[in-house]
Amino acid sequence: MSAPSPVELRPGTEQSPVADDLTTPATPWVTVVWNDPVNLMSYVAYVFQKHFGYEKKKAEKLMMEVHEDGRSAVSAGSREEMERDVQAMHGYGLWATLEKQE
Amino acid sequence: MTGFAYHRRGKQIAATFTGFEADLLRSLAAQLIELLHDESALPQEAIDPLEALLDFSGPTTEPEDPVLARLFPTAYTEDDEAAADFRRFTESTLREGKATGAAAIVDALEEAGLPSELSEDGLMIDVELDQQGAETWLRSFTDLRLALATRLGIEEGDEDFWDQLSDEDPRGQVYGIYQWLGYLQETLVDSLLKAA
Repeated sequence: MSAPSPVELRPGTEQSPVADDLTTPATPWVTVVWNDPVNLMSYVAYVFQKHFGYEKKKAEKLMMEVHEDGRSAVSAGSREEMERDVQAMHGYGLWATLEKQE
Repeated sequence: MTGFAYHRRGKQIAATFTGFEADLLRSLAAQLIELLHDESALPQEAIDPLEALLDFSGPTTEPEDPVLARLFPTAYTEDDEAAADFRRFTESTLREGKATGAAAIVDALEEAGLPSELSEDGLMIDVELDQQGAETWLRSFTDLRLALATRLGIEEGDEDFWDQLSDEDPRGQVYGIYQWLGYLQETLVDSLLKAA
């Protein structure tokens, strides 16, 4: 995988280097963690603290969402970033998918 | 049966297992490694010989074994092509990571004195883990619990069914092991939070 070419900024020109679709959110993808009957609540909250660096309170809130609503969007960002998060969640044994933010 | 505890003085997370328990853990970890190294990790599609020689990539389709399918879930639910690409680039690495984790359990138990053949009665195995080692065990216990739960067919809220099985029912025995691993994992999370 190669790194993306740097965006060339030309001072003095009024052309914006960002995508022209202004409705595209800055963080268009999300990592979704789904409820499963196996993983311990304490473990899921621990993983959210450990991997995402979330405070205990936020990690527990997300864990409860997974537990009660069946799923929770636990992180948002570029597609590449979310693929990394999903891979990490699979490494921890959590059932995770990624999808475009609505 | 005791779980893990954090020992502030030596900054270690420790547990004591009976020889039987340690032998059981080793056997589960070894079976997981075997399953992870299953040949279905190789790409299954028939491709032309040149392409096959140049193919260093991983699998693109969901594993047939339900345990492996649960350990390596499909990342994109509505885009088969993206899901295949994701699997190609991640599954082999994930498999290796999980196998390495399970191997670390086997190694730690044997370094702590578990003989290759358990014969001695009354043997106790003291395992001491640093934070990184404890993290590895924690993740691997998840894999082992997912494997047992998938084999048993555990579903949300069905604890009563498993609890009422008779002692002779092999499923009841496996469920007992599953619960024991859950208990060990709970004490590991607790110890890691104390160690942080």
